[in-house]
Amino acid sequence: MTTIEDAGTMTDHECDEAISELYRYLDGELDPESLAHVEAHLRRCSPCLEAYDFEAELRQMIAAKSAEQMPAELRRQILGVLDRLDDSLN
Amino acid sequence: MADRSTFTEQASPHFDGLYAAAMRMTRNPADAEDLVQETLIRAYRGFEGFSDGTNLRAWLYRILTNTFINSYRAKQRRPEQTELDESEDLYLYRRLGGLEAAKMGRSAEDEMLDLFSETEVKSAIEALPESFRMCVLLADVEGFAYKEIAEMLDIPIGTVMSRLHRGRKSLQRTLYTFAVDRGLTGRTPATADA
Repeated sequence: MTTIEDAGTMTDHECDEAISELYRYLDGELDPESLAHVEAHLRRCSPCLEAYDFEAELRQMIAAKSAEQMPAELRRQILGVLDRLDDSLN
Repeated sequence: MADRSTFTEQASPHFDGLYAAAMRMTRNPADAEDLVQETLIRAYRGFEGFSDGTNLRAWLYRILTNTFINSYRAKQRRPEQTELDESEDLYLYRRLGGLEAAKMGRSAEDEMLDLFSETEVKSAIEALPESFRMCVLLADVEGFAYKEIAEMLDIPIGTVMSRLHRGRKSLQRTLYTFAVDRGLTGRTPATADA
């Protein structure tokens, strides 16, 4: 059992374990027990928390910066094709 | 045939996302446009068989993924690479963590957002070999669950996880080379020495 005195002196083993769960945590794929375990570790270990934050921000940045807007012309073209499909079958 | 306006109303909020995914899959606008159009025609034709209450977005991406694999992959002339170099976990964090704060002195979200340009992020994703790219795209950009990705790509969940693990590390290595090239890391790029 970890006590208050242990805070800030996480064993490498605990940190390794937390880092190995990092992606499944960010992916929302951890079971409740592992999730609680990781969150407890992050509350006590600021280096791991910092690494988690970095990865979470990186993920958000990747999603935000790879967004695209469908060209208006393509949108019109597709809607036109769907209309014609509709007509040909009704 | 399903009612066109019902289909459009429900599917159109996903058009931009489908187009973005198609761009990353095909890596060129002309193929991406064809791929999205073919996907939406297939979806419209199959819309009556789509049951309300199930996830329309996942269904559309499944059609997109299948259409890409069946019709467009053959056109991609680049030889398929199936292995990636191994690298350590937290590759980018170990090299750039803390650097953004020190160099830019802004809020955490701004720092990360400003670290890489849109072009760099898109190129880094597109540089991944296809099997890794598909997993990283569907998980990190589109936010699908492992199980959904496994179904879309028709591969086991364990394979999704291992491709994600290796694909993400490779993506981080590519982003790091961009950071080095721009002198963000404190290491002087080779061109500046000349």
